[in-house]
Amino acid sequence: MSVMLEVREVTKRFGGVVANDRISLTVTQGEIAGLIGPNGSGKTTLFGCITGTLPVDGGEVYFEGQPISHLRAGPIARLGLLRTWQQTRIYGEMTCAENMAISAREAHGGLISLLKPVPAATRIRASDLLAFVGLHEKRDERGGRLSFGQQKLLEFAMALMNEPKLLLLDEPTAGINPTLINGLIDRLRRANAELGVTLLVIEHNMRVIMNLAHRITCLAHGEVLAEGTPDEIRDDARVLDAYLGVA
Amino acid sequence: MTKLSDWHIMGVLAIAGLGLPFLAPGLITQLSFLWLMVIFALTWDMLGGRMGYNSFGNILFFGIGCYAAAVVQRDAGLPYFEALALGLALGAVLAVAAALLFGAALLGIRGHYFAIGTLGLGITAAEVAAGWDYVGAGSGMALPLFPGALGQREFFFCFSLFAVAIVCFLFLRWLYGTRFGLALNAIRDDQDKADAMGLRTTPIKVFAWCIAAFFLSISGGLAANMIGFIDPRDVAFAGATFGVWMVLMAILGGKGTLWGPVLGAVVFHITQELFWTYLLGWQRVALGLLIVVIVVFFPQGIMGWIAERRAAREGAAS
Repeated sequence: MSVMLEVREVTKRFGGVVANDRISLTVTQGEIAGLIGPNGSGKTTLFGCITGTLPVDGGEVYFEGQPISHLRAGPIARLGLLRTWQQTRIYGEMTCAENMAISAREAHGGLISLLKPVPAATRIRASDLLAFVGLHEKRDERGGRLSFGQQKLLEFAMALMNEPKLLLLDEPTAGINPTLINGLIDRLRRANAELGVTLLVIEHNMRVIMNLAHRITCLAHGEVLAEGTPDEIRDDARVLDAYLGVA
Repeated sequence: MTKLSDWHIMGVLAIAGLGLPFLAPGLITQLSFLWLMVIFALTWDMLGGRMGYNSFGNILFFGIGCYAAAVVQRDAGLPYFEALALGLALGAVLAVAAALLFGAALLGIRGHYFAIGTLGLGITAAEVAAGWDYVGAGSGMALPLFPGALGQREFFFCFSLFAVAIVCFLFLRWLYGTRFGLALNAIRDDQDKADAMGLRTTPIKVFAWCIAAFFLSISGGLAANMIGFIDPRDVAFAGATFGVWMVLMAILGGKGTLWGPVLGAVVFHITQELFWTYLLGWQRVALGLLIVVIVVFFPQGIMGWIAERRAAREGAAS
């Protein structure tokens, strides 16, 4: 399995605060990688640095061997590296079906290719993916009228519609009804296994991430604290210390 | 609204547009201005309603159309209609070029800052035109006389503006049905998200403004000839009247809806003419009050209000 994403010594400062301090990590093609750490440890900032929404102050990010830290969010997305947001970002005034249609990969094209109606195949795929996340009944409802948890599911479906190679998910289970979390874990696994999407997941819910991830990186105070399999991370004294403040 | 009823309304409008000039020749100038208002509202709504960019500078393109036609008709030495056609074409080219140039610069800024930036665009254009001798400076430009018989002029420009309004409406109606239309909505709802999903937002935004510039410049060239005289501040770059009205009409009818801008233009134009007729001296006050009423009672516009009522009724029924 080849390395899909390599973050090499990435540093990001906000004024005097070093949010990411020479962070290095890799994501291998086909895996589900986890990213954990206490609040303020720099996880979401790192997502911003990787996907081009935040300019990095040092280091480099390689996606499939190509340096991308100089690129903005749009070109990076077109390479097949996508993210979702912790607070969810969807198109609130558009229906779920429209949200899906404009998230299709073919919308990456130039103006000429945009001047066509949405193809039937795309509508069908959108419909299938909405069914996949359990929102098929809501397809004609405006995105903004969905509950927070449903919006998270819609955002996930929109990301899949874009056919990314690597998808960065920022707390996919936050705000989701606990009884639905198992279903979501299953869907993340299926997206990974059946659709071939490599995942890097930020998650605070330890039960979820320990179940889901093949490998976990733990950040604290903007630095990589530990890295390993879920079992190794669970037993790591430094990780426990970072979360609970006891050694 | 189904597609069928869309065509029904269009049919009624087409009969009105073609028939009224003959049935009520006294209203022909009013009707011409109505079509102009429809074009204003439709083109403004593409950015303001569909894309979420409230432009107060669209009047720039109208003015460019006015002046391009006037200059070509004065200097080209061609017969009237040839000169007019050439002037309209040149105006369209210049307006689209201006949209490309200013779009690339201004469409990067958002929200209120974009509105203020575009406001400056219209005002600057008016001041430049008012100080530029080549285009008559502050005394404006007179357009050449229409060659046809007395009364034909009004018919010609009424039907021309009607044709532009129809083409503009049908073009936008088609455009909003494509992925491009969805992309405009996506930019309105969350531009950062649209960027991060791989949409090429900058070309999309600039292209949308170019389309608006095209139709506005054509209507500007025709309107200048219809009025017969262009003043830099009161006709061509009339930001305080035309420039504000386009915004009001689109909001009154319902931003981001297909029929909203058309409906808004019709209601606004009729109301305004009634104010002129029955409240002379107070027409500006009445217009101001109308604006307040629109914003307070119809923040979603007439179409939005209808949709809300319908949703409420269906909600109550189910």
